Order: sequence, then structure tokens, then C-alpha cells
Amino acid sequence: MRTLKRLVARIWNFSAGRRGDARLREEIEGHIAMQAEDNARAGMPPAEARRQAVLKLGAVEAIREQYLAEEGLPLLEHLLHDVRHALRQLRKSPGFTATAVITLALGVGANAVVFSVLNALVLRPLNVYQPERLFAVEHKEHAYYMQSYPDYIDYRDDNSTFSGMAAYDTTDLAVVIGNSAVKSYGYLASGDYFDMLSVRPAVGRFFHASDEHGVNSAPYVVLSYDFWRSRFNSNANIVGTTVSLNTHLFTVIGVAPHDFHGTETFFWPDYWIPLVDAPETGYSPHFLANRATHNLWILGRLKPGVTAQQATDDLNVISRRLAQQYPTEDDDLDARLVRPGLMGDVWGDPIRAFLAAIMVLSTLVLFAACANLGSIFAVRAADRARELALRLAIGASRARILRSLLTEAVLVSVLGGFTGTLFASVLLQLLSRWQPFVEYPIHVVALPDAKVYALALLLSVGSGLFFGLLPARQIWQTDAAHAMKGGTSVGPVFRRFSMRDVLLCVQIALCTLLVTGSFVAFRGMERSLHTPLGFSPQRVIIAETQLGMGGYTEAQSWTLQKRMADEAAQIPGVSSAALIDRVMLDNDCCGSEAVYRQGTTDFRSSQQSFDAHNFSVSPGYFVAAGTRLLAGRDISWHDEANSPQVAVVNTTFAHLLFGNAPAVGQHFELFGGTLREIVGVVEDGKYESLTESPQPAMFFPLAQGMNSNDTALVVRSAFPPADVAAALNRMMNAIDPNIPLTVRTWPDALDLALFPARAATGALAILGLLAAMLAVTGIFGMAAYSVSRRMKELGIRVALGARKVQLMSAAVGRPIVLLGVGSGLGLVGGIFASGLLSQIVYQASSGDPMVLAGAVLTMALLGLAASAIPARRALSIDPSSLMREE
Amino acid sequence: MKPKKDVQPGTLALMVLKTLDVLGPLHGYGIARRIEQISGDRLFVNQGTLYPVLLRLEQEGAVESDWGPSENNRRARFYRLTRSGHKLLETEKRDWEQTAAIIARFFEVKAEDLP
Repeated sequence: MRTLKRLVARIWNFSAGRRGDARLREEIEGHIAMQAEDNARAGMPPAEARRQAVLKLGAVEAIREQYLAEEGLPLLEHLLHDVRHALRQLRKSPGFTATAVITLALGVGANAVVFSVLNALVLRPLNVYQPERLFAVEHKEHAYYMQSYPDYIDYRDDNSTFSGMAAYDTTDLAVVIGNSAVKSYGYLASGDYFDMLSVRPAVGRFFHASDEHGVNSAPYVVLSYDFWRSRFNSNANIVGTTVSLNTHLFTVIGVAPHDFHGTETFFWPDYWIPLVDAPETGYSPHFLANRATHNLWILGRLKPGVTAQQATDDLNVISRRLAQQYPTEDDDLDARLVRPGLMGDVWGDPIRAFLAAIMVLSTLVLFAACANLGSIFAVRAADRARELALRLAIGASRARILRSLLTEAVLVSVLGGFTGTLFASVLLQLLSRWQPFVEYPIHVVALPDAKVYALALLLSVGSGLFFGLLPARQIWQTDAAHAMKGGTSVGPVFRRFSMRDVLLCVQIALCTLLVTGSFVAFRGMERSLHTPLGFSPQRVIIAETQLGMGGYTEAQSWTLQKRMADEAAQIPGVSSAALIDRVMLDNDCCGSEAVYRQGTTDFRSSQQSFDAHNFSVSPGYFVAAGTRLLAGRDISWHDEANSPQVAVVNTTFAHLLFGNAPAVGQHFELFGGTLREIVGVVEDGKYESLTESPQPAMFFPLAQGMNSNDTALVVRSAFPPADVAAALNRMMNAIDPNIPLTVRTWPDALDLALFPARAATGALAILGLLAAMLAVTGIFGMAAYSVSRRMKELGIRVALGARKVQLMSAAVGRPIVLLGVGSGLGLVGGIFASGLLSQIVYQASSGDPMVLAGAVLTMALLGLAASAIPARRALSIDPSSLMREE
Repeated sequence: MKPKKDVQPGTLALMVLKTLDVLGPLHGYGIARRIEQISGDRLFVNQGTLYPVLLRLEQEGAVESDWGPSENNRRARFYRLTRSGHKLLETEKRDWEQTAAIIARFFEVKAEDLP
């Protein structure tokens, strides 16, 4: 109670700025006077009486100090005092302050941006109830994430560790709004999807497991909030109306809440329809019935208290039973739980690895910035040696001086951190609004949250303490008498390697590492741009349609496709036109199928030779795409549904199955025993990503294909793309205006495939640039400081007849040596870090001579640029004027 | 001459409280003189250390202070015990007596007294 009262009084005094100083003085004055009077009365002479009184009272200043400490909050007062002092110091040298703040702002800003993205994509869980208990159920094999519907049903019904389990897949359907059909992305979701996630609708209701009564029994659609707002003008009476999806009518039953964007972080759906109604929109009925058709994601919610391991074991009991029950389809079915949100580990792993690597690099940038600031602060402390010595001499403790210097450092770092965070949040706002691919519902919302701000604060204060403490040793060793005698003369620091040298060396090494990283990324980017694709996208236009969206059956499609190819070939300037079901390197490419040797009768997955990408193409596709036919013949219009089953395969396929023997004329089998004859061999290509290793692929005639509803026209023409595109649009409009059509040039369509490489290069280039800037300021600071400190000495050297070379080596020799050593270390580090870099960029190799040469040259140029000004200053020394100065 | 002892922290506050209890409102010099008289000039090194203690007691609410005229008509700050000061004195006194009694007993005990 008393302590509390006292604290209140202290806080009151502190905040009211009340000072009892005057009162104390008066009291003490009175005290001395009364004592002196008593002394005089005892017979002392007046002067002696007062002297004795003062002596008896004690040291007034010490009492005052104690009194004031008792009065307010000394810790806070000292801190405020230090802050005021630091602000004064910083105002005195605005150039230094600005440099330090900007340096740190860059370091902290870079980290805040990278961390925000990491936070948004990896750390932040899905925006649903208890997201930590949600897991995606994948196959044991890495990146094999899709499950079949019957397997899902078995997992869902037979497990004892999940409180709910839903399945979903993304889809694109033609939604008719007003008079036009729009290709729009959504989810096919099992009935318990929303219930399992515990999401509440904003309008109307969601569908439930109880709505499902077999195939096509629930023609309902739930709209996303954004889709409802933008396409249906937030129509409050939307519930009960019907919407046409791929020409079939679905009843709108509800709207999802505005902050629910499905269960994939990037992919924001426009609508959800029940999975059981997928066949109604044109999916094959096999989609739901076939155990070997893997096309769904499974998402489950663990029961309270159940660990992921227990759940995995539980599911694997079911897996083993299914494998016994269905040895052909479910052979080797093993479950694995992964964090949901990034298509399991398909996107998750590369994204996590990439962001972690970038995070490491941006931390290095911050370290480099700290090293830079550390040396600047060390220099300042050295320059202020006299002032500090004076303060020591008049009784300040070393700890107190250190604290005031630390306050300065932390103040700078907090200012820098604040600026950096501000900058970062602007950047992140832009990033979050940016939609790299207009045609896909891809959103990257990386707005900073409390975690990001906390990290930024932590980093700034941490780095402030870090670089503020670097010069601590120097202050600790300051000998007041020596420093005051020595004045500004050159201390022993310049004779041996000091901590400043080490700092600069470390900084340059880090910067070289980052610059090397940028070069590696550029080379990787260049390589991926020039990697052989197996087709030549230049001067090719892709027109994607989905005939299923126009309500065509597969049989009707065939005639229509033939007509499209024929009419497209008639367009003026078109040299060749053909069809393919899936465009290579597009986002929904590819599908693959198990390939077996001829004569196989046991189709368990352990018996298969390999999985090969399958494509359905029309005759002339290889010419239109620019893929070289190496042996045999192209597919022809005579390869019809009922004629012998044939295929063109790529080199890897042929090599895997037949080694070096000619493949043309040989046969292979597909699942179920369909025999195909190889009629031609084409060159290898890239199908899913630029970074993939050579994959086997097979091309079937459209009439004998599997997925003939998706169709892309591949049109090669030397004419301007815009003209050809317009002609294609007119043509398709004449054929059927209800078929959604997307016309792009092939290079444009490849943007998505190139995006990771571009993003990585961009990120590394920015980090490299930051590092280069830090290197320049570091070297410049060091050289400029060394020249300014040694003006007198250099002047004497000039007066004694030193030659320019000698003068230069005296002036900027050390920074140049440090540059060399640091760069060397950085390069060695870069070579060792190529493992890290290869996470980020394709074919990263820092052993590449171009990269090494580039990095060395850059560092040399940076060093030259940074030391040029101080060197010129050293060369232009005029000894006579310099001597006169002192 | 015996070396003077500096007051142990805490005990000075107790002395101040007792002085004010016995003598009523008093200024700093008066308190210092009284403490010196009672302790027989053996205590204070610096009388000034009294003032931070007075301030602290005032902040704790044990004493109140106001300006007033001294015996020879000088303006002086007079300190007066409050009610909570009285209570504080009582508890402190009891604590002190207990401590003193325990310490005293320790010094009385001889080795042969122990069981």
C-alpha cells in the first residue's frame, strides 16, 4: 500500500514535471543558517560557524541527487534525458542520421516485406475455425496429392480420428450472366465441406451432406461474396434464382461470407457446387465412380486430442484394407497428412523453400546493414573520444556513457525501422492489389499484420542494440587521461586490424554473396528462357475453348473440332492450324496415365512401367507447334475412333520402353489392356514446368483421345497476332457464340510458367541491389573516414615528396585490401551456398564462370566508385594550407 | 574520538517518525538536532541525508509538511506525523523490538546452553 502510494506520487511528480528542487534548496539554506546560529551561540566566530554548519550537512549535490532520485522515476528520467541528448546529437549531424536511418530502413523494410509474404502464404493458417486441426490427406508419395471419390468415401466413413472429412476440386465452368457466358472458376465440394469447416453463410444457406442423394441429385450453387457483389450486384433476393453452369441450371441457395475464399490460399473460387453434381456440368460419370481416377483433394478435421500421427496410422489401416480389397486400383495406397492451403506440398514445398531462402538472404542484408552501421557508430565513438573522455573525467560512469550511446543507436534503429515498415506496408498494399494473371482467380494477399509489425520492431531494436554494442569495447577501454592528451591524433587502431576492418570485411563478404546470388538468378532466368521447350511459341496464337461449356457431347465435339481446325487454316496468313486438348506449360496442363509393356495382364501400380503425359491432338499439331517429328508419321484424320489405336510418343517415352531400339511399329498397353501402336516419335519438350527433367509423353488422335471436350486451337501465322486473334474470334462466333473463348499469344500464355523464375529473379535482383548499395556506402565511409583522419599525415607525406601511388595506397589502400578479402570470402561463401540458391532459381550454379566474373567485376567497380571521391580528396591535398590550419 | 556511524537505512526513518511523535511538528534541522542529541553525537556523518528520507516518508503519506515560522522567525518547512504515520510507527516499532529481542537472545546464548 505504502509502496503503491509512493509510486503514484512519483509518477505524478514525473508526469507533472514537478520539481522539489527549489523547496530543497530553501530547506537546506534554512538548515545551515539555523546550525550556524547555534554554532555562533556556542562561541564560534561567524565565518567558522557557517563553515562547520556546511560541513555537518554534507555534500549538497549528492543529497540533491538522492533527493531528486527519490522524488520522480529516475530510470525513466535518465532515459528521457538520454533520448533528448541523443536527438540533439543526431540533429547535429543530419547526414549521418539520414544515412543510418535509410540504411536500416532498407534492411528492416526488406525483411518486413519478405516476412509478410512468408506469413501470408505459409505461416498464416486458413481463415476458418480452428485451422490448426485441419489437414490435407495426400498419398505417401511426394506431390501425389489427388484422391479418388470412392477412396474418399471409405476414408471418411471408416476413420475414427477425424471429426469431419470433405473432398473438393477446382473447376472452371461457363456461367451465363445476362446474355454472355463467362469462364469462371469454382469448387466442386462434398456435401459436408462447409459443415466440416464451420463456415456460416452470409446469405441463404450452404449445402450439406443431407442434400446428397446420388449423382446429379443436388443442383445447388453457393456463390462467393465477391462474385455475388460484382456479378449479381449484391442482389438480396438471389436465393432461389437459377444460374446456368455449362448450360445446366443450378439453384442459388446461399452466399459465402466475405472473408471466406475457399481452402486454397491463392485460388479464390467464385462458387461452390456439390461434388455429386459434377457429371451434370459435363464431367464423366467415372469421375465419381472410378477408384483409379484421382482428382480430389481431401481435407479433414482432427478430433480434439488426436495427433496427426495417430490419424495417419488410423487412415493407413483403411489404406491397407483397401489395397487388399482393390489390389489393382488401390495398390500401395498410403495416407500422409500435410498442411492444407497450398495444394498440399505440390506448391507448398517449393514456395516454403523459396521463401525460406529469400528470408535468409534478406536477413543477410540486415546483417550487412548492421555491420555498416556498427562501423559508422564505431567511427563516431572514436571521433567523440575526447568528449567521452571528458565525461568520464567529470565522473560519468562507463555504463552511463555506453547507455547514452546505445540510446542513440536504438533511436536511429527505431526511426529506421519505422521508415522501413512504412515503406514495406505501401509495397505490400500494392502487391496485394496486384493480380499477375487476370484470367485466373489468383490472389496474393500479404498485408502486414501484428506479427509483421512485432517482427519489424524486434528487428530494429535488436539491430540497434547489436550495432550500438559493437563500439562498446572501445568505450570500455577509453583511458580518460590518455584520450584527452592524445586529442584527435591517430590512435593505435590504424596500425593493426581493428574491429572496424573486420566489420567492413564481413559486410563486403555478405554483399558479395548477395550480388553473386543475383547473378546466379539472372543466369538461371536466362537459361530458363532459352531452355529447349520442344515447341516454338513465337508467332503462335492459342485459342482455348471448352466445348463442354457449350453443352456439346463428346461425339458432337469431334465434328465441331474438325470444322474449327479446317476453318482456322483458311484464315489469311495462317500457315498451319491444329488442335490439342491441353496447352503445354499452361496451368491446367497436364494429365498422365500409366503405361505398361505389351502383354501385361496385371495392372497393379507396381507392374506399370511409368506414367506418361497424355495429349490428344489433331493432324498437323506438330507442324503448328513447331515440334520436330524425329521418326515415323504424324497423326492423320484417318485415325478414327474405330480404326487401330495409335500414338505418337516423345524420345524419353521411346527410350524408357525400348532403349535404343526403334520405337515406331512397337506397341504398349494402357490401364485395362488397351493396346496402342507407336506410329511416330517426336522430340522431348517441357510440359508442366520449365524446371522439370525430361518427361515421357504420348500423343493420341483426337478421335481416340480421352478428354476431347477441352480444345485449344494452335495457330501459326506470320501476320500480326491482333489480326489473327480477331479473325479467330469472328470464326468461333460464327460456329457457336455460346462457347467461351480465350485467345492469347503463346508467349503470353507462357507467362505463368515463367512467373516463378521471374519472381525469383526480381526478388534476388532487389536484394542484390540493396547489398550493392550497402557495399558502396560501407567502402565509401571507410575510405572517406580514413582520409579525413589522416589529412595531416598525408599532407606531411606530400610535403616530403611522396608520389601519387604511395599517397593513394596510404589513403585508400586498406579499404581496397578489405574489399578484396571480403569479396573473396563472399565468393567462396556463394559457391558453398549454391545449394541454397538452387532452391530459388532453376539450374543455379555459382561455379559458372560468367557468374564469378560478373560478381568480381561488380565488386571491383563498386569499390572503385566508392573510393574514388576519398582518393581524389587525398590527391588534392595542399600541404601548405593544411599545415597552416593547425 | 569514536568514528561516527552512518545510520542504517530504514532506521533513520524510524527515528524521524519517533521524533515527530514525541515532539510534534518540527523542521528538518530540529529533527536532525534531536536525533543527534539522543544518539549522543555518535550517529550522523551528513545531516543532509535526512531530507531524502523526509521526502520519501511524505510520499508514502506518513508525514505531511508545510511552511511555517521557526523559533527565530525564519521560514522553515515543518513536518507533522499523519494518522497513517502513527500506525506506521507502531508497526515499525514492534518489528524493531522483535528484531532487537531476537538478536539480543542470540548474543546471550552460550555454547553450554545449547541442548
